[in-house]
Amino acid sequence: MATPATFRIWRGNSAGGGFQDYSAAVEEGMVVLDAVHHIQAQQAPDLAVRWNCKAGKCGSCSAEINGMPKLMCMTRLSDIDLNEPVTIEPMHTFPVIRDLVTDVSWNFKAKKTIKQFKPRPPDAPDGTWRVQQADVERVQEFRKCIECFLCQDVCHVLREHHKQDEFIGPRLLVHAAALEMHPLDAEDRVSDLRRLHNIGYCNITTCCRQVCPESITITENAIIPLKERVVDRYFDPLKRLFRIL
Amino acid sequence: MPEFQRFSYDVLVIGAGGAGLRAAIEAAANGVTVGVVCKSLLGKAHTVMAEGGIAAALANVDDRDNWRVHFADTMRGGQYLNNWRMAELHAKEAPECVRELEAWGALFDRTKDGKILQRNFGGHKYPRLAHVGDRTGLEMIRTLQDHGIHAGMEVHMECTVLSLLLDGNRIAGACGYDREKGRFYVWQAKAVVLATGGIGRAFKITSNSWEYTGDGLALAYRAGAELQDMEFVQFHPTGMVWPISVRGILVTEGVRGEGGVLRNKEGRRFMFDDIPELYKEQTADSEDEGWRYTQGDKAARRPPELLTRDHVARCINREVKAGRGSPHGGVFLDISWIKERLPKSEEHIKRKLPSMYHQFKQLADLDITKEPMEVGPTTHYMMGGVRLDGDSQASTIPGLFAAGEVAAGLHGANRLGGNSLSDLLVFGRRAGRYAAAFAKANGQVGVDETGLQTAAEAALAPFERGSSAENPYQVQYDLQEAMQNLVGIVRTESEMEQALEVIGQLRVRAERVGVGGNCEYNNGWHTAIDLGNLLIVSEAVTRAALLRKESRGAQFREDFPGKDAEWGKHNIIVKRGADGEMHVEKRLLPPMPEELKAVIEEMK
Ligand SMILES: Cc1cc2nc3c(=O)[nH]c(=O)nc-3n(C[C@H](O)[C@H](O)[C@H](O)COP(=O)(O)OP(=O)(O)OC[C@H]3O[C@@H](n4cnc5c(N)ncnc54)[C@H](O)[C@@H]3O)c2cc1C
Ligand code: SF4
Ligand code: SF4
Ligand code: FES
Repeated sequence: MATPATFRIWRGNSAGGGFQDYSAAVEEGMVVLDAVHHIQAQQAPDLAVRWNCKAGKCGSCSAEINGMPKLMCMTRLSDIDLNEPVTIEPMHTFPVIRDLVTDVSWNFKAKKTIKQFKPRPPDAPDGTWRVQQADVERVQEFRKCIECFLCQDVCHVLREHHKQDEFIGPRLLVHAAALEMHPLDAEDRVSDLRRLHNIGYCNITTCCRQVCPESITITENAIIPLKERVVDRYFDPLKRLFRIL
Repeated sequence: MPEFQRFSYDVLVIGAGGAGLRAAIEAAANGVTVGVVCKSLLGKAHTVMAEGGIAAALANVDDRDNWRVHFADTMRGGQYLNNWRMAELHAKEAPECVRELEAWGALFDRTKDGKILQRNFGGHKYPRLAHVGDRTGLEMIRTLQDHGIHAGMEVHMECTVLSLLLDGNRIAGACGYDREKGRFYVWQAKAVVLATGGIGRAFKITSNSWEYTGDGLALAYRAGAELQDMEFVQFHPTGMVWPISVRGILVTEGVRGEGGVLRNKEGRRFMFDDIPELYKEQTADSEDEGWRYTQGDKAARRPPELLTRDHVARCINREVKAGRGSPHGGVFLDISWIKERLPKSEEHIKRKLPSMYHQFKQLADLDITKEPMEVGPTTHYMMGGVRLDGDSQASTIPGLFAAGEVAAGLHGANRLGGNSLSDLLVFGRRAGRYAAAFAKANGQVGVDETGLQTAAEAALAPFERGSSAENPYQVQYDLQEAMQNLVGIVRTESEMEQALEVIGQLRVRAERVGVGGNCEYNNGWHTAIDLGNLLIVSEAVTRAALLRKESRGAQFREDFPGKDAEWGKHNIIVKRGADGEMHVEKRLLPPMPEELKAVIEEMK
């Protein structure tokens, strides 16, 4: 029951490139990554693509499919209109290395600027902590992040305004939220979020939340509460007064 | 002449999964310089995919648990071929390693009194797996990664090691290339920790990613180290079987731990039909008792679905062969039935098994809270690996250490679920510590420049043959097909002899593969290079499986279906001979100390 379909894949490197059409037979249950692998095995052995788990767990296979940022391994071809060519291109926000592979190393460097986890002293004499499931669950949402960087890809502060040197982007704001709201953490990142990581650049467009394959409520649950902490500390006159007293 | 970029460290860690990162953190904490090399981006190694949990006798859920029970469970699961010293250290140190992870920020699911929650898993007598829903591996690798980047190590992402370097008989580092541009590198080092994971890509149906081409095993073998237990490849009983394109993707054992049951097309719970003698005492004799066990009733015994993986995989295989399978050649795994027992079962399943719910919903259009899944065996884990000293993780090459799936010993003939993640922590830490000590105690090493040139030229050869030569993907595919059909779950001498012949032919073809394009992120080229490693491990698996004329643990020989007491005293060692040929020999297990024997007796 294979149906033929056309895949319009971006080929090239940092010097430039363009779309190239490949046709592949689509069978029941196939995802975009399967089609890319078929093309690679039979027509274009040097086609560059990243993947690892093929099950939406590692965040390696991010790309823009028909203009939408998605994981190739979790995008079923049955959900796409195959009468038109399916375009597959690398994420735009990051410099391209080759074909569908981009240089995402900035994310790893930027992460290092966020202060690491620092636990409060243990609760029990044996050096362990006691935490309630409800407190764990709030943060577990953020810890589901698979670092696919699709949210970074759509954030206009990075994509259009190229503020990589000043702004850490939604993924790393989620990371900061996971640390700040961690029930055991005793570090303070509020001042960094304001001055170093410029959380203020985010104007809550929610684009990041809409593309997150892990359905993390990036804006409402992570960014807004962090912004509130910044506001509470720096802009709430009453609180400022109390701190001085 | 290809140019090399040069780096020098006290300790080089090859691999950035749980084992590699834990080793690197430990080595750095011991005050030496550390470099890490990995094929993928940081945080994408196989460890990220682990689902079910980390086995450690914390005794948070059942206070009868302790290291002795965990040790005895591990030995029983491994059918007593395990390195008993490793099994002992593992059981003793795993709880401490889990707590350490928590101190670095990992957030495990909790018990009512706020401690780390533990779940049931196959072969573990008590609920023992610390977990985070069904994404424990993600929690573990992210915690190690985020801790590691501040611990003082230099990471070379997306670089592949081509070979280990020796100075005399001592390790001197490694050489390789980066995937991005195909530039060559030398990482000179006084000590090296191999943490490269497994070999699943040697088989067609597997839960493993492209990375699992057995590189570490082949690197060690080519450098002259001994490999051990290569015949023991774990076929996980529950991989997805439909749609075809996701065939092999893992369905965590956690589904059965939470009460999921296996049925054939007649609706029969066939696992009750065949319970091995070794486990009779510990297995439920009614469906009701099994259910009560999964819900934490301490008086109940575990359901037969939670027997060891080798056994469950063979039972599924038998049902399918007998024509009692599901429409797409598997059997049914049903968790939705628990609605008969639990109120709000849908929410319960989604909370306990979120990524399984997601995986089936998205990839198979199936709602596991409402319908049964179709599952079948998938190549999952390599018990065999580099032969090591149990305390220090030192291989037979001075300065070369190994930890994690690439290492042999802890799991013997069959690994228990959850014992890998704990293995990574316990022995990653040990390997890092002993490698740092070795580096401090030994002086600088030199690098053999001609060896480097040979390695680089060999790596570039596929470009000279060009894109009209043999296609590397096709050779890999043919090897996977042969290993799957001839050296799979059920093995016989004649088929394995045939496999050796095919491997021989494929080696000739692998020498002829060619690729077009250039060295820039060229997946075809990478595949061509990995072929050599896949062929070495495939041959080692086959030769070891041929020599072991019995069925034990993960190895099932149709021509020798029983266990053989004599074989039960031996490991199989694989080594490259002076003639360049692969040598396979049986070697007596070292005698177990009386105290450990007593523990096993007591837990029988
Ligand atoms: C789907 C799935 C679920 C699992 N669930 C569980 C579970 O619940 N509990 C459990 O205990 N175990 C589980 N396992 C098993 C466990 O996850 C693995 O055995 C374990 O993560 C292996 O860790 P590692 O550190 O040895 O290797 P990996 O995490 O695989 O890391 C290997 C590293 O080596 C690098 N590498 C390999 N070759 C080279 C080379 N030539 N040059 C440079 N770098 C190289 C790779 O890039 C990678 O960084 C599961 C496995 C799978 C596949
Ligand atoms: S909500 Fe903020 S972080 Fe997210 S995409 Fe919009 S501007 Fe970027
Ligand atoms: S927050 Fe979501 S979209 Fe962003 S990197 Fe993590 S998983 Fe991807
Ligand atoms: S391959 Fe892992 S998320 Fe797609």
